Amino acid sequence: MEYAITLGILMGISIILALSLNLISGYCGQISLGHAAFYGTGAYCAALMTKAGLPFFVALLAGAGLAGLLGLLVGLASLRVRHDFLAITTMGVGFLFIGIVRQQDWLGGEMGIYNIPDTGLSKGWFLVLVLAIAAAVALFSLYVKRSWMGFAFDAVADDEDTARMIGIDVSRYKLTAFAMGTAIAGLAGGLYAHDIKYIGPDSFGFVESIMILSMVVVGGIGSVPGVILAAALLSVLPQWLQFIAEYKLLIYGVLLFAVMRFSPGGLAQIADQLWNRIRKRDAPKDGAS
Amino acid sequence: MLAYELMVQGLVQGSIYALIAVGLTLVYGLLRILHVAHAGLFTLGGYLCVLITNATGSFLLSMLIAMPVVGVLGIVIYRLCYQPILDKPPYVALIASIGLFIAMEEIFRLVFGPYGISYAEPPLSNSIQVFTANLREAELVTLAGSLVLIGGLALLAAKTRIGVAWRATVTDPEMAQSFGIDIIKVRYLNFFIGSALAAAAGGLVAVLNNLVEPTMGSVPSYKALAIIVLGGLGDVRGTLIAALALGVIESFGTIYLGAILDRDAIAFAFLILVLMVRPQGLFGKA
Repeated sequence: MEYAITLGILMGISIILALSLNLISGYCGQISLGHAAFYGTGAYCAALMTKAGLPFFVALLAGAGLAGLLGLLVGLASLRVRHDFLAITTMGVGFLFIGIVRQQDWLGGEMGIYNIPDTGLSKGWFLVLVLAIAAAVALFSLYVKRSWMGFAFDAVADDEDTARMIGIDVSRYKLTAFAMGTAIAGLAGGLYAHDIKYIGPDSFGFVESIMILSMVVVGGIGSVPGVILAAALLSVLPQWLQFIAEYKLLIYGVLLFAVMRFSPGGLAQIADQLWNRIRKRDAPKDGAS
Repeated sequence: MLAYELMVQGLVQGSIYALIAVGLTLVYGLLRILHVAHAGLFTLGGYLCVLITNATGSFLLSMLIAMPVVGVLGIVIYRLCYQPILDKPPYVALIASIGLFIAMEEIFRLVFGPYGISYAEPPLSNSIQVFTANLREAELVTLAGSLVLIGGLALLAAKTRIGVAWRATVTDPEMAQSFGIDIIKVRYLNFFIGSALAAAAGGLVAVLNNLVEPTMGSVPSYKALAIIVLGGLGDVRGTLIAALALGVIESFGTIYLGAILDRDAIAFAFLILVLMVRPQGLFGKA
């Protein structure tokens, strides 16, 4: 039971993280290769605050706020540079974050931060909290997709210049996407720090950024159910199958490559194709009757 | 005195970056793909050089074998991995390439072990006095080797028919095709040369550090991306200058900025600074 709860928390945090990147990369089309930096910002901020004696929920929100603020700053970069340039810039932000944290003693340097205080919640209630937040983020994502903002994001992702031409304030929507996505990632970071009780720079490096991106991409960039499914699977599979722990990264790499090579729309695209095939097989029957 | 030594160290590192980044920028110029897996070929080049040198005792021979072998592998990667997804949005190839690179690193780790391998007898380990600094032979060979290789490349591009076809294809693929240039062959050549240069860089790094490890490609890989972005994506001259500049900046930065940033973050701090002022890179055209 204890183990199942631990896995559940891990899964929930991964879903929150993947959905947060999906807002930026999936909805708004801004590929980010440094998402773990914001996850890390939230984790460090929240951990330092509860260590200073502040209540857990205040720390959690402050972590999200700080990550969102940093995200807004990086979002400003997305107004300057586009496409491949932006991908490399966000990757640079990720390396910069790690590079700075490593050299700061007050952030624990290489050693990280130990003995992060207890939240006051039992393991079970913590799981409930994480899953509730994950559900809220999922509902929020679905709501955004159907709103005017979702339409604007779509337009920006599709073709920035055309979007601008039909009167969409491209800069505002890009910044909104970055601020929302990174704040939610910061929230996930605060949850992670208070689940594991220890954080270090290595948990928020480039590999982590790629893991988050692979959840989004494998699930199907932009698809909420696809991303949730991929995040749940990719976070828990290596834990369940301990014998493949040695090959975990290899599988991630091959999976990322194979999905892009053979089905760039991810699980969502595969599901769509299957669904269409089933419908097509049923169609003549319908016509006959 | 210190400045001179730092400068030389920076140039040695910079010429390694240049050898890696040239291949990357060639691929970008031709296909608009950020070829992250390029650094996997760099690592493979390093491993081949160490293994062949240990087996035969000749460093030169190992280079002569590793470069064409890795070059052909570069063509294979293009043919099997990139060609089918060229018409997809750019992030598709980028993420596919990152996936491929992670898989390659893991294969190196599983095949050759996590701790890396060294030369049985490190080649080029003597020191030579040049002006006031003691340089190792390996460092001189790195400088000279990259000069010869990149000079040869420049000559090939400027003076031969192949070079003309190549430059024509980069400038305008459709026009080049209508003049009867086989652009598929040009792409093959592109990947062959770029990958062979990366293998040479791998071999030189193996001698400089007397060590090859599965992860030796990751930092150069991402830094090379920063370099080609700085150089203006696809611009070979800009890339070379950016590579040497970064080598020197890092070499000085480690001394003077070490308290705030670690070495590997300097490249990206520099990158972000430059891009905010010039979004098209240092030497790119707007």
